[in-house]
Amino acid sequence: MSATEEITPGQVEEEEHAVEAEDALFGRPFELSGAANPRGLWGDLVRDKMGIVSLVFLVVLAAAAIFAPWIAPDDPNHGDLSSSMLPPVWNGGTWSNPLGTDWQGYDVLSRLLYGARTSLFIGIAVVAVAGTFGVLIGLISGYKGGRTDRWLMGWVDVQVSFPGLLLAMLLIALVGGSVLSVTVILSINGWMVYARMTRGVVLTVKERPFVEAAEMVGSKSRRVVMTHILPNITTPLATLAVLEFARIILAEAALSFLGLGVQHPTVTWGLDIARAGDHELFGNQWLILYPGILLSLTVLAVNLLSSWLRVALDPQEREKKFAATATAGGAGAGTGV
Amino acid sequence: MGASVDEKVGPTGPGRAAAGETLLEVEDLEVQFFTRRGRVQAVRQVSFSIAAGETLGLVGESGSGKSVTASALLGLVELPGRITGGDVRWKGQSLVHDAGATLNRVRGREIAMVFQDPMTSLNPLFTVGAQIAETLRRHLKLSRKEAKARAVELLDLVGIANPAQRAAQHPHEMSGGMRQRVLIAMALACEPQLLVADEPTTALDVTIQAQILDLVADLQDRLGLAVLLITHDLGVVAGLCDRVAVMYAGRLVELGGADALFARPGHPYTAGLLRSTPRVDEINERLVSIEGAPPDLVRPPDGCPFAARCPLAHDECTTDNPPLETHEEGREVACWSPFAADV
Amino acid sequence: MGRYIVKRLAQGLLVIAGVTVFVFVVTRMVGDPVKFMLPLSATEEQRDARRAELGFDRPIPEQFVDFLGDLTRLDLGESTYVRNQPALDVALDYLPRTFQLVAFGMVVAVVCAVPLGILAARRPGSVVDRSLTTLSLVGLSVPQFFVGFVLLIVFTVQLRWFESGPGPWQKNLVLPAVCLALPAIGRLAMVIRSAMIDELNTQYVKVAKAKGLSQARVVAVHAMRNAAIPFVTLFGWEVIRAFAGYTVVVETVFNWNGLGFMAVQAIQNNDFFLIQAIVFVVAVLVVIISLLIDISYKLIDPRVKLS
Repeated sequence: MSATEEITPGQVEEEEHAVEAEDALFGRPFELSGAANPRGLWGDLVRDKMGIVSLVFLVVLAAAAIFAPWIAPDDPNHGDLSSSMLPPVWNGGTWSNPLGTDWQGYDVLSRLLYGARTSLFIGIAVVAVAGTFGVLIGLISGYKGGRTDRWLMGWVDVQVSFPGLLLAMLLIALVGGSVLSVTVILSINGWMVYARMTRGVVLTVKERPFVEAAEMVGSKSRRVVMTHILPNITTPLATLAVLEFARIILAEAALSFLGLGVQHPTVTWGLDIARAGDHELFGNQWLILYPGILLSLTVLAVNLLSSWLRVALDPQEREKKFAATATAGGAGAGTGV
Repeated sequence: MGASVDEKVGPTGPGRAAAGETLLEVEDLEVQFFTRRGRVQAVRQVSFSIAAGETLGLVGESGSGKSVTASALLGLVELPGRITGGDVRWKGQSLVHDAGATLNRVRGREIAMVFQDPMTSLNPLFTVGAQIAETLRRHLKLSRKEAKARAVELLDLVGIANPAQRAAQHPHEMSGGMRQRVLIAMALACEPQLLVADEPTTALDVTIQAQILDLVADLQDRLGLAVLLITHDLGVVAGLCDRVAVMYAGRLVELGGADALFARPGHPYTAGLLRSTPRVDEINERLVSIEGAPPDLVRPPDGCPFAARCPLAHDECTTDNPPLETHEEGREVACWSPFAADV
Repeated sequence: MGRYIVKRLAQGLLVIAGVTVFVFVVTRMVGDPVKFMLPLSATEEQRDARRAELGFDRPIPEQFVDFLGDLTRLDLGESTYVRNQPALDVALDYLPRTFQLVAFGMVVAVVCAVPLGILAARRPGSVVDRSLTTLSLVGLSVPQFFVGFVLLIVFTVQLRWFESGPGPWQKNLVLPAVCLALPAIGRLAMVIRSAMIDELNTQYVKVAKAKGLSQARVVAVHAMRNAAIPFVTLFGWEVIRAFAGYTVVVETVFNWNGLGFMAVQAIQNNDFFLIQAIVFVVAVLVVIISLLIDISYKLIDPRVKLS
């Protein structure tokens, strides 16, 4: 667009609409001059429709997963050939198998629900374990500095260069696949990001003048540093945790898909995609698509949630970014890749 | 091989105007920025002209619209802004309406711009020589070798020592003052007829400032260059400019010969500016400033934009915006009570 | 520059050393490789015999020394799956197939991502831009093996345009390459878009326009060169990620017999030495690619001080 084109009133409106429409898609924080938007922060969060939809979706999914033993039509591993390949309820089936059954007689809906339990559980568990360990290492490394820092970060650098999936495969092959082994192994592979991020925050805080000032006054700099690290770490940590959560869900699914993750009789979407892929590629392809679509929607919702979270937790960042891009023509980088 | 480099470029090249001929005409220029807060009216009905060989200083505080005006001349207003009214004419041809071809011809070749911040105006990944040569090859169709040689000559012209060495360096290897010289060299590469300099010295320290200004003056003499100098520094203007235009809140409030304007300002804002400029030959106990702040350009007031801060304001000032009128020979002022303010 | 390469190679060796130690620890100490290698029905005596044969019953430090010795002779044991061929040779045999897949896939990714990213950057907030962002997000969220299946279902089963398994590239490599490329296109396009938006707003781009340079040159030369820096970073990451993981999944879905496919086969057939060899080959590959990326920075950006 050049400023020398003739401007028609229509074009001006179009431009204003573009800015507005883009707001709706990505959810902008409050206006630069607060007075223009009395609804404030909450109002704008709600305006991020995608974020709200994702949040609702994930809450419903989590609830379904938690209550699966009560709401699932059947035991996911219970079935026999006589009740195999039943159609879903809109195709002539019954409500006792709302989405039908697969070739082994297992109820599809039940498997989806129990699969959610596994995926969500592993996601949370790995984030908790890897996150805790990583943050700890980051804190130690950043605070101590010097040789400790160099060694720890050296270790991080080396481990980051490992071929993650292959090593995970090798490990699981030796140890056997299960929810526990998958959790442990994904944690081993995934703590480094947290360490690096935490260390970064610690270093930034350490350099701030008030730490020096506090030392001069006589207070223990350690306490000063610790008190100030915590608030600075919450936002990036939360965002990182959510993104990692999405990544872990995909990683577990991939491992299970390869037969190297969670094993039967534990139920997981990755495993179901593999089974159906083997058996029904030329048959009822919906058996492949159900778990896959649900898995994709879950990860999509988590990714959208992370963008929403960034707005919620760090409006300053967003405002800065907005101010930079407003002069560029009003577009941010979306949900951050 | 045909024409030599000098012939291609020289002062007797095609299309050069005779001294005194009007080159640039700005008529009722209007620029708006479409932000989420609303439409910011950055430039409102600004009109002036520049003749060959003359130096016009465009003065105003930050936010007055002077930089936007400068960018608008070459169609470089950045999003979310655009020119929403008026015209800019170069030798009679519009640079705003249907101006694609004209702009391609004029930019860098007949009108050149030097921007405010030398630190960011050069591409960090290319050598300085290459960036100068680029424009030579584009406009004057010089060969690679010719352009390279000419670039070195230009660096010499702007007073850079070891020009051949410097031409092969990258911007980060140079100081701010040197980069500004490079920018001037780059601007003058194709011997334009108008140089638009937006705050060319603001980012530099005082000693370098003086050098750069001397350089510009010198080149002007040698090349017969017209200059539009944008600045907030009255001292700079006094040294270099024939005529001065004063902008406030997006409007042009005064236009006239430099000496006359400084001796006897027509607009109260100009008077205020002069008053608040510290002077070496006076002992002031306090710095004088103009009270108040510029108006919000999203909802600019109806009347004169300066009314809220003007010591001479009366009723008419808040309701009617005074037009820019010629009150005396060569003096245009936009005020209901011109020439009445104390200095 | 030379000194830098040497330094990075040293770092790379350190990484490989790390992988070595890690694999050793895991395979000898955490798991039981012999249990893995022999069928479940094997007796304890058979296991012990095998252990003795392979030297797994000796003290750990001794084993480690031997292990290192073997490594320097590039002896990674013998594959059982592929009839007692040296495991390293087997791994290297299948590497070219994976190279083909990654090369094709990355070419597709770059060819699609760059124009899309530039287009979106030039018209931020427009329909093109918003669609790109949405599609990219979806691409990030859908698991690759699922994308593979969807592609298989649509193009191989329903439409019968392509086939899966090893075969000529026109028929058999297109789908896997596209599958590999899809999430990469999303990420790469977003990086280009974001970098270009930044670039198109810089002062020097404005200056370039003021100099009267053509729009094409401003974008392709001035803006792109700067935007290339983050792009190269991410591109390198994508290539590494492809080799280190994604190819396993994609090759399995499409039965493309490259290194990833073999990795799965090795595990399913309890071929301990082969999977160990594959891990090494990939680790070395990753190190080499990282080095190449770092070197390319210096070529693009003269400001970079490699230290």
